[in-house]
Amino acid sequence: MFSSGYTFSFSSEPRNHQRKMGTTTLFSRDSSFASQGVVIGQCLSQGHSEEWATIRIEKGVKKPQPQMLKIPAANGIIERDETPMEKEIAGLHRMEFRFSDIFYFCRKGFEAIVEDEVTQRFSSEELVSWNLLTRTNVNFHYVSLRLTVVWVIGVMVRYCFLLPLRFTLAAIGITSMIVGTTVVGQLPNGSLKNYLSEVVHLTCSRILVRALSGTIHYHNKENKPQKGGICVANHTSPIDAIILTNDGCYAMVGQVHGGLMGVIQRATVKACPHVWFERSEIKDRHLVTKRLREHVADKNKLPILIFPEGTCINNTSVMMFKKGSFEIGGTIYPVAIKYDPQFGDAFWNSSKYNIVSYLLRIMTSWAIVCHVWYMPPMVRKEGEDAVQFANRVRSAIARQGGLTELPWDGGLKRAKVKDSFKEEQQKNYSKMLVRNGSQGNLPAGTESD
Amino acid sequence: MMASRTVQHNWNLDLCTYFLNSSLQLLWTHREDFQRIPELAINPLGDRIINAFFSEGEDQVNFRGFMRTLAHFRPIEDNEKSKDQNGPEPLNSRSNKLHFAFRLYDLDKDDKISRDELLQVLRMMVGVNISDEQLGSIADRTIQEADQDGDCAISFAEFVKVLEKVDVEQKMSIRFLH
Repeated sequence: MFSSGYTFSFSSEPRNHQRKMGTTTLFSRDSSFASQGVVIGQCLSQGHSEEWATIRIEKGVKKPQPQMLKIPAANGIIERDETPMEKEIAGLHRMEFRFSDIFYFCRKGFEAIVEDEVTQRFSSEELVSWNLLTRTNVNFHYVSLRLTVVWVIGVMVRYCFLLPLRFTLAAIGITSMIVGTTVVGQLPNGSLKNYLSEVVHLTCSRILVRALSGTIHYHNKENKPQKGGICVANHTSPIDAIILTNDGCYAMVGQVHGGLMGVIQRATVKACPHVWFERSEIKDRHLVTKRLREHVADKNKLPILIFPEGTCINNTSVMMFKKGSFEIGGTIYPVAIKYDPQFGDAFWNSSKYNIVSYLLRIMTSWAIVCHVWYMPPMVRKEGEDAVQFANRVRSAIARQGGLTELPWDGGLKRAKVKDSFKEEQQKNYSKMLVRNGSQGNLPAGTESD
Repeated sequence: MMASRTVQHNWNLDLCTYFLNSSLQLLWTHREDFQRIPELAINPLGDRIINAFFSEGEDQVNFRGFMRTLAHFRPIEDNEKSKDQNGPEPLNSRSNKLHFAFRLYDLDKDDKISRDELLQVLRMMVGVNISDEQLGSIADRTIQEADQDGDCAISFAEFVKVLEKVDVEQKMSIRFLH
């Protein structure tokens, strides 16, 4: 029964790095499905892994894969028909309802069910080959004793050797940042203060990056953000900021926090003009824009660092950029950040892990390896509004980083999608049914286009 | 929802039987889980599609039921046409695909699409953009054209007749990439 044509397929398509289509379940991560998703892998692979692997290889050998002339934009598992609604339903002739109209919506719905482009971005990417971290192995099953031994050694190295070292280093880094910036903050404003503050920030940043075993490759350094500009980047984790400040000084923008973070914020703002907002001020968009505009206008101030997605995405795609950052004006310096998932998963799934367990996971990974591309500056063109500009910048970042682009809002992680999208689809369909005066016995001008 | 990566190279109902015998029969999903897919939530017929998964009065669907519904979208392969003439018709035959679409229209499951049902489905598809009178006349005309036995409702046979020239296979199939 098992070998009757059933294979559990794993396909990989090369992109910047390998991605594996593993076996995850359709159902919500909160339901028992997700936790039992492993069961699927186990059921099917217990005792059958060699068999299905053989079958799969045989199939691959017998039937050469058809050459795909165009690699699909997303590493999809189904063939997506991107024909727009108008073409598919309206065809050549008509402006009337047909029963077959339903097929379009039906198929789109099922395609969404089988492969949902959006919610997969809110969980960690799957790897082709295991990197000895159980957290990245969704379909765990026992393979061999040797591998288990290697894994155990890996665990010991990571937890008993690397973790304490990194933790000490991080503590040193944070303490020296607080102490250093407080000391520099006492100095009178001037070029000496700026210089020293830069030194302190850079040094402490570098210590912190070492604390995470970070290896960062910077590309196109000639495009580094200049003073008076705005630096925008895609957002994967809280350490994005540290990755960028490792190579230059930026003015951070963010909300005032309590606790250790608050202490750091208060200390650093004395030395360097970061822009910290109170919680109440954040709600007032005009106030925020005004303050940022003032900052940008002063050409002596450091470039602002903003993450327009608003939330952490899993580094396989770039989601909708919020237009607020692009209304400030000034020159935008886009930066693309791409982590190498082989050494450690940098994505912060804030619904699954809190910040402390996230930092613990980061510090017990092998390393954080990432590439940073500085891109040539962009300005808003004549007649382009903020949204179009934001999309233009987003495309550029996605292209550079090898990420896919999605027009969806990162806020869908927590919120439901707005009804206006559905209404737009309905409107488009209505246009096909009814045009001015084309509906036989209907009075003209009842429905406008 | 995470994408279903339980990708089979060959759809096969044997698959469902296999899963039935494993602990997967313990897994369930609910309507809210479907509604969390953004692309489905903005589909005008999203609710009807979700309904197709759940049987009468049921609030949850298990993996087997899920696969049965999804199996309707399997492409029709040529070598299967001659395979099993005596067995039950596969779920992805042209007739069953049409039946699936018919059920999307047939809200009360009485095997007839009445004018009211058609009106309701049309209303879902167009939202607020078309007036009641216009929609009513569209529905009337459609039924008039398709109705052959004069009962002002569309039966499955009449439905099939209307769609005889449509390439159902191409429109109602999902192909997996490999």
